[in-house]
Amino acid sequence: MMFFLEATIAGLLAGVMYSLVALGFVLIFKASGVFNFAQGVMALFAALTLVGLLQGTVPFVHTNNPDWALPAWLAIIITILVMILLAVLIERLILRHLVNQEHIILFMATLGLAYVLEGAGDLIWGSDVKVLDLGLPQGANDWLLDNYDLYVEKIEMVAAVTAVLLVTVLAIFFHKTRIGRALRAVADDHQAALSVGISLRTIWVIVWSVSGIVALVAGVMWGAKSGIQFSLSLIALKALPVLMLGGFTSIPGAIIGGLIIGVGEKWAEIYAGPYIGGAIENWFAYMLALIFLLFRPQGLFGEKIIERV
Amino acid sequence: MHIGRSIRTVPLAVLALASMVGMAAAYELTIPSMDYRTGPYAPNGIPFANGWTDYWTLLNERDGGINGVKIKVVPCETAYNTKQGVECYEKTKGVGNGAIIYQPLSTGITYQLIPKASVDKIPIHSMGYGRTSAANGKIFKWIFNFPATYWSQASALVKYIGEQEGGMDKLKGKKIFLVYHNSAYGKEPIRTLEKLAEKHGFTYRGLAVDHPGQEQKSTWLQIRRDKPDWILMWGWGVMNQVAIKEAASIRYPMDHFIGVWWSGSENDVKPAGAAATGYLSGAFHQPGAGFQVHKDIIKYVYDSGKATDSAFKARVGEVLYNRGMAAAMYASEAVRNAMKIHGKKEVTGEMMRDGLETLEVTAERLKELGMEGFTYPVKITCENHEGPGLVAVQRWDGKKWSIISKFYEPDREVVGALIKEDSEKYAKENNIKPRDCS
Repeated sequence: MMFFLEATIAGLLAGVMYSLVALGFVLIFKASGVFNFAQGVMALFAALTLVGLLQGTVPFVHTNNPDWALPAWLAIIITILVMILLAVLIERLILRHLVNQEHIILFMATLGLAYVLEGAGDLIWGSDVKVLDLGLPQGANDWLLDNYDLYVEKIEMVAAVTAVLLVTVLAIFFHKTRIGRALRAVADDHQAALSVGISLRTIWVIVWSVSGIVALVAGVMWGAKSGIQFSLSLIALKALPVLMLGGFTSIPGAIIGGLIIGVGEKWAEIYAGPYIGGAIENWFAYMLALIFLLFRPQGLFGEKIIERV
Repeated sequence: MHIGRSIRTVPLAVLALASMVGMAAAYELTIPSMDYRTGPYAPNGIPFANGWTDYWTLLNERDGGINGVKIKVVPCETAYNTKQGVECYEKTKGVGNGAIIYQPLSTGITYQLIPKASVDKIPIHSMGYGRTSAANGKIFKWIFNFPATYWSQASALVKYIGEQEGGMDKLKGKKIFLVYHNSAYGKEPIRTLEKLAEKHGFTYRGLAVDHPGQEQKSTWLQIRRDKPDWILMWGWGVMNQVAIKEAASIRYPMDHFIGVWWSGSENDVKPAGAAATGYLSGAFHQPGAGFQVHKDIIKYVYDSGKATDSAFKARVGEVLYNRGMAAAMYASEAVRNAMKIHGKKEVTGEMMRDGLETLEVTAERLKELGMEGFTYPVKITCENHEGPGLVAVQRWDGKKWSIISKFYEPDREVVGALIKEDSEKYAKENNIKPRDCS
């Protein structure tokens, strides 16, 4: 029974980690209808920038100069500024030129963006594995392990708390601020929002900036588990079934979807995996999402798409 | 009019002649470099590619090439992707005077290139990876996997475990688990471990981890529940770093956790910090930059500005760098051997194969190469493309890797039978008549 509880908790916490990535997708899709294929690479790029600043890495040369190393608080602020600058550049160089284009064109543009960002990250910061030293707790929670023989990783507990804070801040931002209301207006109807004087370009910069900051959080949490390296960009693959299940437009959907996928795949791997060769959790997550799609094509919390014929 | 045309033709003829002379004067050996400097496996691909390339550059810069023939290294990015790897092979095989050897650094790519090698007559050296049964030279004429294979390594690591337990008979009733990359590479040791489990009476269980291995919680929860006595790992890339961290988190004793030699580099342990101290892995060569060859590389390659990746200077001597360097050393010795056998300096793929098949790198030769004690002597024959198959265990002490054991002989009884069975099956399926090596 204790092992079942342990597997369930591990699934829930892994689900939170998936949700952190999925949130970035949801924000952009909600505001602009663009499926941002580059979200995983944005998490990588943000994490690479942060660790580069922390270690004093000389850009393009890839050697570390201890004199250039920044304290964590300053490195985080500069990384956030870099992600905002990136959002401005994306709007100026890509989105602005693709207004009123089909969604598939915008999707393809983000596909290109993913490759450009990955290459830029490699060029600026190098490809080797970088250790992220932000003082985040590592290893098992000793108290739970010693007193209850329950294995829960500290970094995943931190990720869960961070996710709760992040969702709370996003909820306040969307519902209680003027910009947030403007974002929701754009998400509901671009044309109507434009007609009342909301600047689509500003909204896009804001939403891509927020998404960049969410990507930084996801990159830090995942990077703390494995070191910062290029496989971080593949965490986007873990977010896709979460989005399919939770819906592409719902922040609570991203959280609930993540939890269901996380627990589902852990149960499947542990209890069914040994009978069918193992390593099933990746495809099981997609299968679970597809089963949900059969009954709710818009996902659990997604908006129902109704089109007049 | 005719005179005018002739005058116009003269410069062209001179140009053509000059280029022919130039071509003849600049004969170079074409060595493709199947790199992966991008993508999720780049952290492992880069040190190997640098070691491989730097050694060839060293030969060019210090010795003027091999017996006066310069080497042209042709890089091609595979991103550790089998399809891209095959494309690289097709793209580079005809470059210059034609590729004379491939080192694919991927079991998946090697499997795809095995049938192509005999058609194109270019040998493949899958050094310590790839298809293990290619050790049978009677059937796999064009494939070499010395100095040891995965199956030899699995059996040698089990011998190490047996020794730690107080004898091979003490393995009875023990639990040995394999955590493996869910790919052709990761699955290689499974049959050997199953056979060894039958022979020694230990319980074997395999736990697959899907690419890339960023999330492994289910695997490590099962390990926590089932409490294996020893864990072997056949991992690559981020899978290694996450596994070592997870093992530390569940308080699994690091001195009972042994990675294959592709799971034992600095990249694999550093992200786990102090928790990785005591972790073990297989090895067939020494780590570190304390050999004469490293000093030469620094002097002739890095300090003279000839390095492909100049920022790597401080990392020369890392485990995977040394492995790439070892691969280039074996290949360059095979080139020398091919030149000696055939009495020609223009080496073709076929000549290179002959050079590999009669290669002998003695302890004395290693000393001459500035690599005294770097690895063990190797002798390749027509039947045996694996060579000695010796494997040692190295330990991470929190700062550096050090070899802590003797070199173990593989279990020839088990491994030999499996190689024979698998290679003969391959020969039957592909209608290959085994060569007579007598």
